[in-house]
Amino acid sequence: MRFGVVRFPGSCDEVDALEACRRVGDAEILWHADPDLGGVDAVVVPGGFSYGDYLRVGAIARFSPVMESVIAFAREGGPVLGICNGFQVLCEAGLLPGALLPNVGLRFLCRQLDIEVVDTDTAFTRACAPAEALSIPAKHQAGRYHAPGDVRVAFRYAHDGNPNGSSNDIAGVANEAGNVVGLMPHPEHAVDELTGSTDGLALLRSAVGLARA
Amino acid sequence: MRARVLIRPKEGILDPQGVAVERALPALGFSGVANVHVGRLVELDVEDVSQLEAMCEKLLANPLIEDYSIERPDAAPQPQDAGPEAPRR
Repeated sequence: MRFGVVRFPGSCDEVDALEACRRVGDAEILWHADPDLGGVDAVVVPGGFSYGDYLRVGAIARFSPVMESVIAFAREGGPVLGICNGFQVLCEAGLLPGALLPNVGLRFLCRQLDIEVVDTDTAFTRACAPAEALSIPAKHQAGRYHAPGDVRVAFRYAHDGNPNGSSNDIAGVANEAGNVVGLMPHPEHAVDELTGSTDGLALLRSAVGLARA
Repeated sequence: MRARVLIRPKEGILDPQGVAVERALPALGFSGVANVHVGRLVELDVEDVSQLEAMCEKLLANPLIEDYSIERPDAAPQPQDAGPEAPRR
């Protein structure tokens, strides 16, 4: 199982994502200007501030050469996980429904919180138990998810702990097919007891063994 | 041709920046202010103005969460094209 982790100018969580993926398989960096995905089995679009978040979060990254390939990969059924800024990019790219808006409080938030697994049938939640609570950190300024209607909810903020005003406490969603998942909290920062939780590994472990469609 | 694109939060979508400004103004002694919204202004020189709308739909705005309007201050007013266009969507 080989993961590809995208690196845009302004990404800042790609190294943690890479190391997290390496705990369950092999992983390599995919440079934004190179459309070649190198035959990876899954793609992680990591957190950060791609292209400085200029114009609108994720708006410019969505048109990078690597994203054209990621979009084609996702449409063929390949597993794609977007974390935080990666979630924003996948929404802008049309791979996931909806959009991310500035937090209701307008503040950058950074805290450990619990998210509840709502759907255990996606490429990145198969290894989770129904309604399982995962302790994962969130850190973002534009995490207020706007749902354009009925969406496939993958994760919700648990215990009424919605930190950003997101619709229906949604922390993460999946596409209809379930192979593309995005969430605002950072599973790649919850993979070692040293930082208090290893719950994030469940997402990456879920993707292991999924063959490319 | 010089053009301006005004982008604002879509009607019905909570705009916390607008709310913050609306609350700050009375604190400074300005009364009678309501419905404040904070958006973006994109100014650009464009050779083919017919492409502006596609630029807005594809990149400059996200029609799911934002309305936009296109202004062409240099354009000679035409009978069917007087003043700024109405917000889209």
